[in-house]
Amino acid sequence: MFFKQRASEKLGDELLQGNMRKAKGKFVDGRAKAVAEFGVWEEVRAHAAKVRDRALANLDAYLVEFEANATRRGAVVHWAETAEEACAIVAGIARDNGVRKAAKSKSMVSEEVNLNEALEAAGVEVIETDLGEYILQLAHEPPSHIVAPAVHKSKEQVAELFVKAHGKPRLTEIPAMTREAREALRGHFLSADMGISGSNFVIAETGTTLTVTNEGNADMVTTLPRIHVVITGIEKVIGTLEDFATLIRLLPRSAIGQTVTNYLTLTTGPKMPDEADGPEQMHIVLVDAGRTKLLGGPMQEMLRCIRCGACMNHCPVYQNVGGHAYGWVYPGPMGSILTPVYVGLENAGDLPNAATFCGECAVACPVKIPLPDLMRKLREQQFDRKLRPWPERMAIAAWGFAATRPALYAFLSRVGARVAAWMGGSDGLIHRLPGLDGWTKGRDMPAPQGRTFRELYALRQGNRR
Amino acid sequence: MAARRGILARIRKAQGRDGEEPTAAELAAVREAIARHEVGPQPPFAHAPDRLAQFRKECDRLGTTHATVSSLAEVPAEVARYLAAGALAPAVAGWGEFAGLDWAGAGIGYRNRPADANDATGLTGCFCAIAETGTLLLLSSPAAPKLNALLPETHVCVVRAARILDTMEEAFALMRSEAGEPPRATFFVSGPSRTADIEQTIVIGAHGPYRVHAVIVP
Repeated sequence: MFFKQRASEKLGDELLQGNMRKAKGKFVDGRAKAVAEFGVWEEVRAHAAKVRDRALANLDAYLVEFEANATRRGAVVHWAETAEEACAIVAGIARDNGVRKAAKSKSMVSEEVNLNEALEAAGVEVIETDLGEYILQLAHEPPSHIVAPAVHKSKEQVAELFVKAHGKPRLTEIPAMTREAREALRGHFLSADMGISGSNFVIAETGTTLTVTNEGNADMVTTLPRIHVVITGIEKVIGTLEDFATLIRLLPRSAIGQTVTNYLTLTTGPKMPDEADGPEQMHIVLVDAGRTKLLGGPMQEMLRCIRCGACMNHCPVYQNVGGHAYGWVYPGPMGSILTPVYVGLENAGDLPNAATFCGECAVACPVKIPLPDLMRKLREQQFDRKLRPWPERMAIAAWGFAATRPALYAFLSRVGARVAAWMGGSDGLIHRLPGLDGWTKGRDMPAPQGRTFRELYALRQGNRR
Repeated sequence: MAARRGILARIRKAQGRDGEEPTAAELAAVREAIARHEVGPQPPFAHAPDRLAQFRKECDRLGTTHATVSSLAEVPAEVARYLAAGALAPAVAGWGEFAGLDWAGAGIGYRNRPADANDATGLTGCFCAIAETGTLLLLSSPAAPKLNALLPETHVCVVRAARILDTMEEAFALMRSEAGEPPRATFFVSGPSRTADIEQTIVIGAHGPYRVHAVIVP
């Protein structure tokens, strides 16, 4: 994970920069409008956080209750401690049932565990059916956004991929491209033996899994093939259908500013004997793969996450570098917390620092995850475990020494402000900072003007008396 | 089962609870919390004074067209009008519930069966509809295959006005009282299928229907 190098590359990628600029306004403006007309956003947000916390506080009991109800309705519930176990379970289901082709709707957990590779190694053809994921499968690229996976691609790039994959004349209009993909994928829905979906939440009360889509591909995937496999994280469990009603008021509005997605489908068990549609078997794979590491500690709030993508849409860092710079499946602020926890802080060192701490993500988060606070806690862990470069650690240690000695701090800041003012010269701008030229390479730093805050504060208090 | 044991034990250890499995008392407490079916705060517009107007407004926003007829017997004529206006073939694959209407009289071929990939129009009823979001709720059953609302390019749905409720919570309460539990597929449809995966440009008709038409009957 080399965020810094990757981010620099992405900043220099003209095409990507253009594509990211197009996306930026649509997500942020769409959400702002939807929130403004909603009326009781903060009330519902607080209730949603409570609903998620309630299940997380007794996660084992909620999971066991979910398992009991799902099993009663005829689904088979599997548990996987690791990514490898999750892949082995799904590959095993495919093998036992002679599955040759699997149609998938979008699932971030399947990206996380590398399910496609595992199935292909087991001789199963895997077809991604979400339009964005389909484009990326043709491009052999991972998603760069958890809701809009191909947000980094332009229509010209998509047209090029379709010419290669479909062998038809080059298209220029987006509706025609969408139709061509629809026609290419329809046959796969009808011929797949296995449908694989994620589940945005699982409902303990009824043993229900569910999908949230606009395209309708998840409905094909959960209805047409003879076997349906759900792969999802253990933290997704909620109590009731009413809890779902609360969360689903927030999810599409936060993600893309929509009041509701075109399709919401709750799936409970396989088909009944006399039903015309639906799968003969339903399997649910509950995956841990690092989630229990977040429980009971300072990071537990992160497990509330409903994967709406609002934090990345509002992040000035994400908006500029895109999702691939983050190096793993979860980008943006939520990824800067999940990736270090799931793959190890020592392997994701730059991520908690890939933030300006502007706080937009915490404001946008529909379940009130204090994302900047959690990133700061990770930075503290990095410092304590000596994972940052020594000059940075020395500087922080020196600052800590001074900051806990008010007289020394006052003296040093007074001297520092005067020196910096002198460095600013007549135009009041510092063009080069010795030792910190990363900061001044691309811009000037405004020099401090006049006295320090503490001097002015003391003066003002004096005047008042 | 080793994974199940490992995960549950890790959860309990992380949260400071003894043992490897939830206790009977903990499970009972969870069931009790579930049984309360606590309803969260709802937006003011979810309880509009004119529920039908709210439903129609949200349908318009999502691209679901709608028409109101004065009796169930008038449905075939409305469907014929709608299909002709869109230059669509006068044939539908529909649920058995509506097979007894006079389709031939309206010039429509009615196929009483689940839709397949060759059907251009599917006709369904719905369990209820939701005014807050302009949503049709279909519950799957042998008599109510989901495919009719999914595979064809056009989906026509008969909605009984008395079954238009304010919110999703009310729909769940009605489902509990009439059906007990959610069926295999609890399918909320809000407008035609769409995608914005290429340059965030909204395109109608991704994998599901291009058109959804609600026919409201008394």
